[in-house]
Order: sequence, then C-alpha cells, then structure tokens
Amino acid sequence: MKAIMTSTGNHLDSKLDSRFGRCEFFVVYDTESGSVEFIPNPNKDLKEGAGIASVELVASKNPDLIISGEFGPKIKNLLDSLQIQLVVIQDTERKIQNIINLLNH
Amino acid sequence: MSIELLFIIFVSDKCSIDIVSPKNKILRRVVNPPPVKGFKPYGPNPDLRISEPVTLFYEEYEAIRLCDYDGLNHELASIEMGISRPTFTRIYAGALQKLAVALVEGRQISIGGGQVYFDTQWYRCLGCGCHFNHPNKDQKVTHCPLCGHLHFSPIAENKSPIHLVEPGTGQRREQGVTDE
Repeated sequence: MKAIMTSTGNHLDSKLDSRFGRCEFFVVYDTESGSVEFIPNPNKDLKEGAGIASVELVASKNPDLIISGEFGPKIKNLLDSLQIQLVVIQDTERKIQNIINLLNH
Repeated sequence: MSIELLFIIFVSDKCSIDIVSPKNKILRRVVNPPPVKGFKPYGPNPDLRISEPVTLFYEEYEAIRLCDYDGLNHELASIEMGISRPTFTRIYAGALQKLAVALVEGRQISIGGGQVYFDTQWYRCLGCGCHFNHPNKDQKVTHCPLCGHLHFSPIAENKSPIHLVEPGTGQRREQGVTDE
C-alpha cells in the first residue's frame, strides 16, 4: 500500500502539516518496500488552486491513502471521485516517524 | 421521436436559456462513483463500436444505483442525494430514457458530467483517534487504515471534519480559530 503524508519538513522527525494544498513537503511511503520519499510542494505559495494542483501531483503517484490535518471541500470531492482514501489527524504534533510506525501495524 | 422534433426541442431549450437565466441547480450528492467510465457495444457490426456515445450523468448513474441496485424508493433515494423527490423522479426518468436509447440504437454509454459532488461516509477510529473515509462503498470497512484498529464509529454527516466549511467563503480560518 502506498500512503502520502503532508509534512512540515524533509526529515522523519518533522511534524505533520495540517494543510494539504499548501504543505511544505509530501512524504510518499510504501508499506511493502518501506521506502520513504520527500517531495517539496511546488504549489505552497500559490494564491489560488493550490489544492487542485497538489491533487494532480499526488494522484500521479497513485496512492491508496492520503494523511493530512485538513482537506478543503473542493479537493475532497476530487479525491473521492479518484477513490483515494483520506485520513484526517487532528493532532498536528504527530511526527512523520510516528505515523509511519502506525502504518506498519 | 423524429430527428426534426428533437432538433426543435433542442433549439427551444437553448432559446429559453438565453432569454431567462435558469435557477442554479442544487448539487446532487453522489456517494459511490461508478467503477467504469462507460460501456461499449460489441457484436459483428463494427460501426456500433465507434458510435456517438450517450452521456449518462453521474447523478443519473447514482439514481439508478440507489433505486434499482440498492432497492430504495424514490423518496429515500432523493434524501440520499440531497434533492427533492420530484427532482429525483425526473433524473431517474431521464436516466432510463438514455439507457433505452443506448440499448436500442446500440450506442456507447459514457458516464460523466452532471451537477454533482462526491461524498463518502466518515469514520472515527477509537484506537488512534483519527478520522478516515471510505471511498469504495462496495467493500466493507474492516479496520482503521492508519493503525489497523478494529473498532471505529461512523460520524454523522454534519459532524464530518470537512463538511463544516463551504468553499471559498473564508469560513475555514474562522473555523480554525473557534476550534482552538
């Protein structure tokens, strides 16, 4: 299974970014191979349409799961139609390493 | 129905749109998007395979799914889609007509478009406290996708973490402040 998380930094001790479209980094984690990839978000400074542009970027990775602190209504509908499962974590103090550990349940 | 008559209906429809702006349609809620983009006829006649497709809107697909696949009546199905019962019946009748045209004339069916938004049921995991949704309604939810916990509770629609805010009205920021 491939999961994408939003991160505030580019290392495993970074915290989860509570925004989806304007997060600092996307983290692509593959539960089978255990590989972790950090992708800087090119859309974080966009005034409009950051969410949709980020969905395009994320969808190109074919994830099964997206984990973030918040999803806007526009992209939520888009992700629903792409059949990607969403997970909302309200506790933004969580670290990426912690979420990866949870995913390896 | 002859082609001339269809053309007249089409033109008169267009004209009325130009003269009086129609009321904005309420977006219809679609819970489960179709598994395929459409259908193609097969058989010995090769012309049919490249025939002009009939476009079945998402709301029409959803109407057929709720009514004939899930076996709901029009009243319950209309509540499910967030529209009135007469509107539902109208959409359903349109859907059947399109399917009939496709079957009789051997046309392709492409599913897409329409005035819809997609929505899924949300759950709250009792293990890690996260909220998650479930895009494919045909598969049963068995565990939390994050921590694998087997216990979770469904969230009522108006309490889902995302549905509280409307797009583009600046409410989201205020929402964040009140949450803190």
